[in-house]
Amino acid sequence: MLYAILCYHDEDFVGSWTREQDAAVMEKLAVVQDKLAKQGRLGPVARLLPTTSATTLRKDDPPLVLDGPYAETKEQLLGFYIIDCKNLDEAVDVARDLGAANPGGAYEIRPVGILNPGSVTG
Amino acid sequence: MTDTAWIDAALTSARPQAVGALLRYFRNLDTAEEAFQNACLRALKSWPQNGPPRDAAAWLIMVGRNVAIDEVRRNRKQEPLPEDDVISDLDDAEEALAERLDGSHYRDDILRLLFICCHPDLPATQQIALALRIVSGLTVKQIARAFLVTEAAMEQRITRAKARVADAGVPFETPGAVERTERLSAVAAMIYLIFNEGYSAAGDTVEVRAPLCEEAIRLARLLLRLFQSEPEIMGLTALLLLQHARSAARFDAAGALVLLDDQDRSLWNQKMIAEGAALIDKAMRHRQSGPYQVQAAIAALHARAAKPEDTDWAQIDLLYGALEIMQPSPVVTLNRAVAVSKVRSAQAALDMIEPLGPRLSNYFHFFGVRGAFLMQLNRNDEARVAFDRAIALANTSAEAAHIRMHLDRLIRDSAGAESRISKK
Repeated sequence: MLYAILCYHDEDFVGSWTREQDAAVMEKLAVVQDKLAKQGRLGPVARLLPTTSATTLRKDDPPLVLDGPYAETKEQLLGFYIIDCKNLDEAVDVARDLGAANPGGAYEIRPVGILNPGSVTG
Repeated sequence: MTDTAWIDAALTSARPQAVGALLRYFRNLDTAEEAFQNACLRALKSWPQNGPPRDAAAWLIMVGRNVAIDEVRRNRKQEPLPEDDVISDLDDAEEALAERLDGSHYRDDILRLLFICCHPDLPATQQIALALRIVSGLTVKQIARAFLVTEAAMEQRITRAKARVADAGVPFETPGAVERTERLSAVAAMIYLIFNEGYSAAGDTVEVRAPLCEEAIRLARLLLRLFQSEPEIMGLTALLLLQHARSAARFDAAGALVLLDDQDRSLWNQKMIAEGAALIDKAMRHRQSGPYQVQAAIAALHARAAKPEDTDWAQIDLLYGALEIMQPSPVVTLNRAVAVSKVRSAQAALDMIEPLGPRLSNYFHFFGVRGAFLMQLNRNDEARVAFDRAIALANTSAEAAHIRMHLDRLIRDSAGAESRISKK
């Protein structure tokens, strides 16, 4: 089963990291990702730019283009992982590992219905 | 760094948050500033012995508040008041303070502080000057330099602004949506100036003033989050990000200024460039052009050029032309002239800036640019005069060092020429 792990965190907090602090967190996360990649369980991973760069399309009739993220929340969606796990327990374990590497905020774990791996590369 | 330099830096960077929170608490600008000053005095005594607190701003807010409350208590002893009232007041205060120190609400405090400084009774220039003084804690001299006026004139402007704000009474309430929008442009201009103060830092001042750039970007992002559909705020944020993306390449190991053409572009921060470009992209959809968007578009053209020779100078010339119409200023024309020197000729560029002389007679960059054009035209004696003037007006040691490099080259060249002549 594929699981999406959606990363929520306080954007102000993450945004106040120095370049060095940011790099240190990314390095720790890379260790967890490498482990998953070696097991063949790591799908696409994305880190999103700040919500100030977000645009929302409301699918009204006619569709409405709005500036900003969909949800105004204290913690924002900052990125996501797609991970292959046997069950929810495993997915929670992966989220725990990621959380140990990057404390604070929350992960929303959602089973993936359809995944089209697409063809773009970062 | 000396023992007190880190304290100065910490106090400066904590200032907007601390004064903003104290203003929320006291609802009076003078009291808030005084409380902050008192807290700073305590910090100067306490921090060298005890080390820096984990959260400098929280420490300053707490101490500033307590010192002020102690004063109230002392006054009340002389003139007794019902004890219950005092206690209940303080209970409320503790609760409110705990809430205030928790989480990221401090940015709203900063924004409130910005807006209060931008009081509608004040002319725009006074609003900006006041905000720079009160929110950012810039010195009068720094502010005067950013405004191209004398220190005395700026001092007077700030004193007048403070008096007018006090007369008008500081409204504690957050301004309504319409009022906010009216004040946005003044706040945006002020944030841009904060950024420039950091951006113009060099050498030994980088460490102290570079955080101004980060602060300006944070304020711009905050402003954009509150005004998500303002293309000019998108443009402002994009502009700051695109400029700041180059910061690692702007100075060499010795602290000397590295010009755009000579910068190691691999040091540019691609993530910031991507964010800036994304914001400009978003802003363009609104089809409401403005000075920040145009400047960001210029910065994006520089950022997109992998090599200096890939720079689209013709497009940059056009954009500066548009900016000259939107926001006529001798500094804009000076910048356009640099593009003109690349697209057309140094002579055309020189012709363009000659009329600016009287208005930019105290502006370092005018003489630096003029000297460079003259040098390209082999008018070395005149170039040397311009460079000498630039050095006299240099704001930072890096600026002066950069011009001195040109001068040394001129002297070397002319010495070489003389020795060739004497050999003949």
